[in-house]
Amino acid sequence: MNIPYLSLIVFLPLVGAILIALMPRPGDRTVKLTAALFALASLALSIVVFLGFDRSVPVGAGIQPQFEEIASWIPAIKVSYHLGVDGISLPMLGLTTFLGFLSVLVSWKIKLRVKEYFIWLLLLETGILGVFTALDLVLFFLFWEVELIPMYMLISIWGTGRKEYSAIKFVIYTLVGSALMLAGILSLYFLTGSFDMTRLLMTGAGAAAISIFFLIFAAFAIKLPVFPLHTWLPDAHTDAPTAVSVILAGVLLKMGGYGMIRISVSIFPDVAHRFAPILVIFAIVSVLYGAVVTVRQTDLKRLIAYSSVSHMGYVLLGIFALSQVSLTGAALQMFSHGVVTGLLFAMVGLVYDKTHTRSIPRLGGLARQMPIIVVVFSVAGLASLGLPGTSGFAAEFLVFVGSFSSTAFDGIRFYVILGVAGIVVTAGYILWMLQRVFYGPPLDAYNGVGDADTLERVTIFSLVAAIMLIGIYPRLLTDIINLGVIPVVSRLGG
Amino acid sequence: MSLLLPEISLVVFAFIVIVFDLLNKKAVLPWLSVAGVVVAAIFAIAMWGLNTTSFAGMLFVDSFSIFFKYLFLVVALLIILSSRDYVPKFARFQGEYYALVLLSSAGMMLMAATGELISIYIALELTSISLYILASFLKDTRSSEAGLKYLLLGAISSAMLLYGMALVYGLTGSTHLGNIAAAITTRGVTGDPALLLGIVFMVAGFGFKIAAVPFQMWVPDVYEGSPTPVVAYLSVASKAAGFAVILRVFYGAFGPPLSISLDWALLFAVLAAVSMTVGNVVALVQGNIKRMMGYSSIAQAGYLMVGLATLSVLGRSGLVFFLASYAVTNLGAFFAIIAISNKTNSDQIEDFAGIARRSPWLAAVLALCLISLIGLPPTAGFIAKVYLFSAAVQDGLLWLVIIAVINSVISAFYYLRVVKVMYLGTPASEERVPSSGAMRFALGVSGLAVLFIGVLPGYILQLAQAVAKVFPS
Repeated sequence: MNIPYLSLIVFLPLVGAILIALMPRPGDRTVKLTAALFALASLALSIVVFLGFDRSVPVGAGIQPQFEEIASWIPAIKVSYHLGVDGISLPMLGLTTFLGFLSVLVSWKIKLRVKEYFIWLLLLETGILGVFTALDLVLFFLFWEVELIPMYMLISIWGTGRKEYSAIKFVIYTLVGSALMLAGILSLYFLTGSFDMTRLLMTGAGAAAISIFFLIFAAFAIKLPVFPLHTWLPDAHTDAPTAVSVILAGVLLKMGGYGMIRISVSIFPDVAHRFAPILVIFAIVSVLYGAVVTVRQTDLKRLIAYSSVSHMGYVLLGIFALSQVSLTGAALQMFSHGVVTGLLFAMVGLVYDKTHTRSIPRLGGLARQMPIIVVVFSVAGLASLGLPGTSGFAAEFLVFVGSFSSTAFDGIRFYVILGVAGIVVTAGYILWMLQRVFYGPPLDAYNGVGDADTLERVTIFSLVAAIMLIGIYPRLLTDIINLGVIPVVSRLGG
Repeated sequence: MSLLLPEISLVVFAFIVIVFDLLNKKAVLPWLSVAGVVVAAIFAIAMWGLNTTSFAGMLFVDSFSIFFKYLFLVVALLIILSSRDYVPKFARFQGEYYALVLLSSAGMMLMAATGELISIYIALELTSISLYILASFLKDTRSSEAGLKYLLLGAISSAMLLYGMALVYGLTGSTHLGNIAAAITTRGVTGDPALLLGIVFMVAGFGFKIAAVPFQMWVPDVYEGSPTPVVAYLSVASKAAGFAVILRVFYGAFGPPLSISLDWALLFAVLAAVSMTVGNVVALVQGNIKRMMGYSSIAQAGYLMVGLATLSVLGRSGLVFFLASYAVTNLGAFFAIIAISNKTNSDQIEDFAGIARRSPWLAAVLALCLISLIGLPPTAGFIAKVYLFSAAVQDGLLWLVIIAVINSVISAFYYLRVVKVMYLGTPASEERVPSSGAMRFALGVSGLAVLFIGVLPGYILQLAQAVAKVFPS
């Protein structure tokens, strides 16, 4: 029996959202339980897909999607409803459903306009799931756009600080990127006559290929983000509500990296080769600039937000080092960073819930008052700086080894070494932040603030488990990622 | 004669409505008008599949004109239903209101069906004069000013149109569109500057109707002053009729493979770019929602003109599909605006604050339609833009598409501002916004259509392609 697993995974959150919308005057608990139920259903199905994924090595140079679903949608312009997962998108799918479910749990204490909140959250999840499973460019673009309005509403209604400004900034930045991406996608269709992501390939680095590459790349560069297009990120992350920050940093940014691998590098391998040097330089600038700016932050949430700029620089480095190991590292870093930063934002949310402040100078010595939160926060911080034993180490190690040994262009080793220096700075700000906020003498102001309760513990412990699991046995994921990377590398010419 | 039954039935029912108004049976007026539309629709449905001409080639009955008949009838029906709450505000002439709607619909249906310049002009005048009167129906200073401005500017543009037609007639010796095309080749006047001048004048005349820059000066004031159902009607039906006429005239008389088609295609491309930009940029600073929608419709006319610049079947079908999607979207938005403004007694955007709390479904439909106007999925507007822009890229107009997508980003700012005010603002009071059953039906149809066309566009796309194939090339 052919169950359309992927369609179910993508659209179950949407069904949940519609169900909640149609409920007449539901209680808060009902809404939350419904949302959790549908997010859990998606998570369960994605585990089924994960376990059912065929791990035998593929033959041939094309992308080999599994669990494929294809149906003609707009025959006039040859657009089809085409879903599928391969080695690169499967971890992303799992990450999205995992973080999606956890963000519902993180949002359990929302009191304002609960029904609308969960409708938008579930809609957002559908959009992101669609991006990772779509194999038709128009469908990809459609899901890419779907996440805009839910993000706008979530940030501007339930956010803090300059929420309306941050929300509209996010929308405009993203829309400019997608506007250019649309122009690029349509030009690509005009030149090749197809929207099928599994079969498209533009060899050569002629003017047409280069301009289309950059039109589409613009959207991913804004999303990842790449310096200097990153300025929307600190505002959006800081002013969004906790669960939205978890999804934003954990999953949304990965849409950019995924797009780069799936479209920019796979469809335009020669252009990618030609511009790899420049893009690696931008990657290192992102890493170093992000790290250095992070050191100066005094708002806990903003600190974590800026650290994302730095960590996503490693993803960009791994992608445009154009070697098998570095691409695997980049994909693993996307997963790892998703879990780690998701955990970090969840922890910041917890600290804020208990102490009502995010300002580092005002916090201090919380280890005595909230031991569980401190331990988990420390684990998350250590994973962020790449301590061996955590998924962060596995990912960054692969990226660095892969990039260092890459033959993409001469002089790449110099940039990789600079990138490694970024880890030193990362260690600096993470440890300094931990020391200032948690260790040190306890402050009387925070006596009796309480630790994480049961639901919160479930959430954060599962994230810690994921970090540790991948850190100790990264093969769980890298075997699968490798399957997806091999076709890409063969297109790049090895 | 039987081919004119839809139009004739509309005119007949218009007079019946006026008579019933004289007899003071006000309650039954809207339903009589609906009956008129339904009767006309039945005749139009019976005509589907025909492909003939009549009246010595002056009347075309093909899939193009029949599609537009359906479009105008559906729009008229929805407008009449949504006016039910509004019309009792008029102290007198309620019957005349409905009659004028029916008459202008008849005029629009004729505009899409005729193939001869003078008949086009007559149909245009029938439509326009009814609309001029409808614009001034509220009898306050703003409405009268709106009506007068519309009349004066409309008269000037009609004069320009007629002058252009005269020039074309002088050069080609015929007013039948098909004969004009033949005459241009046989008489060798293709490069003649007088022909180009005639075409430019005709563009000016039609450009007024579709609210293209630089013929758009009437739009903000007329949109602000006229009764809102009339504004909805104007923004959708009048624009669709204008584009139908442009398609008929320019592809019928001056179409490819005549070399002059390259000239007017370029003209439309430039006008498109300018209209989009002017419309979107000026809309950013509007505080009155009807004025904002006016500038938004100027920008949408810009997007639509991209389809004219492509000179291909794909572009034409994209234009027709965009028209259909724009029709349901704009109607849905305006219906919601009518309902909300009726309750808040204000057209200012800031008075829409917190509507999402008072009437969630009303706000949802308005938000959905605004999102469709931006062109975000899963709405009809998204599919329309992807489809139309892919046609433009195929025809080498990448520069225009880039301008268009950047404009979509700019437009997001002011459309989202309304959404933001509705969802984030604190409402002045907590009462629900009431709406009659008819209004809710109209809203529901529009909203569902926007979603349906956005998710399953296949059927409307096929229709649009059939319509576009009427013209050769």
